Amino acid sequence: MTTHATRPAEPRETTEGPVYTVTGGDWDEITQAAAERADDERIVVNMGPQHPSTHGVLRLILEIDGETVTEARAGIGYLHTGIEKNLEYRTWTQGTTFVTRMDYLTPFYNEAAYCLGVEKLLGITDDVPDRASVIRVLLMEINRISSHFVAIATGGMELGATTVMIYGFRDRELCLDLFELITGLRMNHAFIRPGGLAQDLPPGAIDALREFVRQMRKNLPEYDALCSGSPVFRARLKDVGYLDLAGCLALGATGPILRSAGLPHDLRKSDPYCGYENYDFEVPTTDTCDSFGRFLLRLEEIEQSLRIIEQCMERLEPGPVMVGDKKIAWPAQLALGPDGLGNSLDHIKNIMGTSMEALIHHFKLVTEGFRVPPGQVYTAVESPKGELGVHLVSDGGTRPYRVHFRDPSFTNLQSMAAMCEGGMVADVIVAVASIDPVMGGVDR
Amino acid sequence: MGLEDKIPGGFILDTVENLAGLARKSSVFPATFGLACCAIEMMTTGAGRYDLARFGMEVFRGSPRQADLMIVAGRVSQKMAPVLRQVYDQMPNPKWVISMGVCASSGGMFNNYAIVQGVDHVVPVDIYLPGCPPRPEMLMDAILKLHAKIREEKLGINREQAAREAEEAALKALPTIELKGLLR
Amino acid sequence: MSSERDHRSDGNDGTTVNGNDPTADGVTDAALERAGGTGEAIARRRGMFGANNGSDTTGYGGLTRTVRMPGASARPYGGYFDEVADELEGALEEQGLDPAHAVEKTVVDRGEITFHIAREHLLQVVRTLRDDPALRFELCLGVSGVHNPHDTGRELHAVYHLRSLTHGRLVRLEVSVPEADPHLPSVVAVYPTNDWHEREAYDFFGLVFDDHPALTRIMMPDDWQGFPQRKDYPLGGIPVEYKGAQIPAPDQRRSYS
Repeated sequence: MTTHATRPAEPRETTEGPVYTVTGGDWDEITQAAAERADDERIVVNMGPQHPSTHGVLRLILEIDGETVTEARAGIGYLHTGIEKNLEYRTWTQGTTFVTRMDYLTPFYNEAAYCLGVEKLLGITDDVPDRASVIRVLLMEINRISSHFVAIATGGMELGATTVMIYGFRDRELCLDLFELITGLRMNHAFIRPGGLAQDLPPGAIDALREFVRQMRKNLPEYDALCSGSPVFRARLKDVGYLDLAGCLALGATGPILRSAGLPHDLRKSDPYCGYENYDFEVPTTDTCDSFGRFLLRLEEIEQSLRIIEQCMERLEPGPVMVGDKKIAWPAQLALGPDGLGNSLDHIKNIMGTSMEALIHHFKLVTEGFRVPPGQVYTAVESPKGELGVHLVSDGGTRPYRVHFRDPSFTNLQSMAAMCEGGMVADVIVAVASIDPVMGGVDR
Repeated sequence: MGLEDKIPGGFILDTVENLAGLARKSSVFPATFGLACCAIEMMTTGAGRYDLARFGMEVFRGSPRQADLMIVAGRVSQKMAPVLRQVYDQMPNPKWVISMGVCASSGGMFNNYAIVQGVDHVVPVDIYLPGCPPRPEMLMDAILKLHAKIREEKLGINREQAAREAEEAALKALPTIELKGLLR
Repeated sequence: MSSERDHRSDGNDGTTVNGNDPTADGVTDAALERAGGTGEAIARRRGMFGANNGSDTTGYGGLTRTVRMPGASARPYGGYFDEVADELEGALEEQGLDPAHAVEKTVVDRGEITFHIAREHLLQVVRTLRDDPALRFELCLGVSGVHNPHDTGRELHAVYHLRSLTHGRLVRLEVSVPEADPHLPSVVAVYPTNDWHEREAYDFFGLVFDDHPALTRIMMPDDWQGFPQRKDYPLGGIPVEYKGAQIPAPDQRRSYS
């Protein structure tokens, strides 16, 4: 690194040609100085992995000719956490605490996809109580809203529209308040468990949900006024990050990117899970194939999610939220104790004082876990970013043999090069923001 | 760092310390170092409801050259560790580090091949903030505690003496396993 | 506390090489067959508590169980699986390839169909699956590696999931390769989306995808040694110290197999 910003350091010869390293300074002078020394104007710019506009620890390597991007590559792995390997050393139930931290903006989708897989391996898919499925759908749809708000907020921030970020995070807080009420946590819930849920909805949840829907209906038009209606916002997003249907399918892009190319593919419709076939909602599409289309789709999907949430509230019937099979169901009925956390005191009194067998069963199930018959399954859910698939392999033990997540962010991020090459440097940020990659999901 | 190093100890140095501490604590410029889940909570803290601007530090700087606080928010992978150190080295003195979240502080639940088991292996840490992820209120608490620490920061020969005392205390301290805790 | 750490110190996690002779242990196999366990044996597991060095005093140390994956299925497969299998076999025959050579085995389990494909024919099979109008699996959902260290000669598995948006179908392809020769053809030419997925499988499992445009590490640093998600690669955790106590890393703790 040299401090003589306007005068590039002596070039370092590599197989790709001379490489100049400069920090700071005026960009025009740097390009001019580089052009004087080099034969052509190709410059390789490294952006990230820690850069305010790269959507997490993403590294972009851009080869630019003047202001035009000629080649773009993404460097990932800066947040690789080894979650898939860690899962192999925990029981199937403990796995939910790990998967929820993969794509940390869509925790319920990770949990749901994983738990649906475990249930399929166990062969208890049909035994999961209706109430559990409805609450799963409810939580997933609130999560879709919060994830889209973060996509809009961070996207706005990367454009320089700080107000959009403030608005997005304001409305995300409302979603998080609900999560906190229902699961006790703002993020990383581990609330959906193999066989059902950790616990039932708390009292007052339905009222809070109604208030939430009402508030959202009030807040959503503000985004139309602030963003969709703004000429500056439109100009930045329109025709940027273009990817057509053939490109989407070749690159495996799903979710809003695929739907912005006009294909109404949504796993909730094409391969329903958790009873999605019983809900009435639309799959919005556009055919603009660009960032603005994706932005509008996200807003429209929030609208549709609100519809589903309303239907969920109507469909909620009293009943259990965990499978009846005591060999799988977590034995403790969790309840809020006087210390603010913990198991139900009645349950503890029962297993400690009256039933030795119940105590042994509790201990075995918690420490050892349940066995899952050998085999492999693939389950997928439609996360806000696209198809979130889980490939689970069991060898008949109490711990997963192999867990692989096909994260939509990982696959969608590949299309970054196709969207950016030939465009302007400033549009790279817009295109990446419209993909909405979450590095926790990309790197896992 | 500058002139203050040449002030002899005593009344003048104490006064300068007081002034410098007050000035520094009131205008901390955090570098954006969001890594994982905690980064989202860090951004939330900066946004409307929690409003970090109340403490004069809403301006997150993109360039480490303009920042004096690094909030390491999230799990640090082996691949990210050299980058983290480089960003830290580029920050001008005096600088502080908050290790936000249990992953940054100790590796947390990710005790495996990929994650650095505590960012203090890479950079010196001033405040460890537990939680997975910590709530925005907790981050604000950590920031206020750091402000108090910056307020009391020593200068010149006082600083050297404080560093020496801290080192002696660290050498005398018992290893964690020999400490008395709930398990013994 | 420290006694927990040497439970798995012999580096064996309680499973042994199956030696392709699953009937060597009559008792447990009979028990398994009674339970409907007729599948492909991939490993043998001993004991219950992951201890093999004589420290398991529970009385379960002599227990032996064969780990079996679901075996080959016979027709009819049910659902759309028969149609997919017929179309695939027909299309391969048209191209002059004996389906029996390309598709080693077909497994239907838990409502999902798996075609085990010989690696030399993988590219032709996926091209057929994508292009044949009756099949049309347009979307590849990536590749997932699986490591079965005790399944001699077929240690590494590459598992592909293909989705057909036209017909709303999902199939799984599985390719097995030996650890000593972990080569298989890259399908990037057919499904460009697999570019990063194959790099990831190479990074974690050391599966070498021939003719991949740039098969380099993607998640781990470029100079990393070994393939972290193989079963013989340690988890790499460190013991965690508390006040007055220490607990071993997750892979060093006593576990239930």
